[in-house]
Amino acid sequence: MKPRQKRIAIIVGGLASLGIAAALALNALDSNIALYITPTEIAAGKAPQGKAFRIGGMVKEGSIKRQELTVNFVLTDTAKDIAVSYTGILPDLFKEGKGAVVQGKLNPDGSFTASEVLAKHDENYMPPEAKAAIDQAQKK
Amino acid sequence: MNLINWFKFASPQSFYPLAGKMIPWFWALATVFGAAGLWLSFFVAPTDAQQGEGYRIIFVHVPASWLSMFIYLIMAAWAGLGLALNTRLSGMMAQSLAPTGALMALLSLWTGALWGKPMWGTWWVWDARLTSELILFFLYIGFIALQAAIDDPRRADKAGAILALVGVVNIPIIYFSVKWWNTLHQGSSVSLTKSPSMAQTMLWGMLLMALCFWMYSIAVALTRARAIILERERHTEWVKHAVE
Repeated sequence: MKPRQKRIAIIVGGLASLGIAAALALNALDSNIALYITPTEIAAGKAPQGKAFRIGGMVKEGSIKRQELTVNFVLTDTAKDIAVSYTGILPDLFKEGKGAVVQGKLNPDGSFTASEVLAKHDENYMPPEAKAAIDQAQKK
Repeated sequence: MNLINWFKFASPQSFYPLAGKMIPWFWALATVFGAAGLWLSFFVAPTDAQQGEGYRIIFVHVPASWLSMFIYLIMAAWAGLGLALNTRLSGMMAQSLAPTGALMALLSLWTGALWGKPMWGTWWVWDARLTSELILFFLYIGFIALQAAIDDPRRADKAGAILALVGVVNIPIIYFSVKWWNTLHQGSSVSLTKSPSMAQTMLWGMLLMALCFWMYSIAVALTRARAIILERERHTEWVKHAVE
């Protein structure tokens, strides 16, 4: 091999092995990289005990109940639900039927007390008229 | 039979005037795309059904994020080329791209934070997308610092090239982070595998802005490359004639 070909081989080989190493490391870290767990995972007993963590899911339609500054709502991944209570200011995009990520602790009775509520936006961008048309089509 | 002798332009001496001729064209294109893109994004594109006017940050945020990743790939490609073929110009090109890439990464993080506060309810969250983009920013800064710390430009190029190549691993992680893990950041609205999930005019505004950022990046990188060429080749005859 010419020196030039040798260098190219070293670079390609190095990148390939680095890529494999990174893939293995990320695979091993998998659950630690996830920002939140789902209500189904909590039902399966995967929630960390006695420490704060995040749950992600959809805010169930018709579940938001306000009492002064405290908000109670149900977070769902359509399979399992979890009741969440939160005292504080909610972000603009927090709405029923939309995604949300809550941070807090699990209570002994299986409900969740959140210290922080984040709204999760979806990747759809559309003007209000298009949104109204879609909503109307879904109602039919 | 090659119509263009590419190796001719691999020499700094012939690349310098060529870059000088190309720069005004890229500036002109950046201006045209920028004017059209800004007009579309501020006056034509409708408000978003959920986010109101705040969504307009995507006209800067998305192009900056794309460019921050793309510039890194180009920079790493030049760096790898320099390592493999020992060409002088490659290292200079990699060095000239780094600051623009860092600027794009910073813009992406900054505009994202400004958008995140009202929409998500937080400036920052340690999710996979945001964290890997922050690492990208640090990689750019690291590359610039490492190159600047070594006096001999050839050694600086080599050290920088290895850092740049190692960092390439991060690019697919950024891009696929929203697919691989639970993240707060939403999935891609525009991708190669499915039709875009956004209104037409919004999409056009964003694409034009992306083209504008692209042209700007090329123009600035070429300008910087010319300065680097002059500095590194200052002892040669042709530079003495060129700056007279």
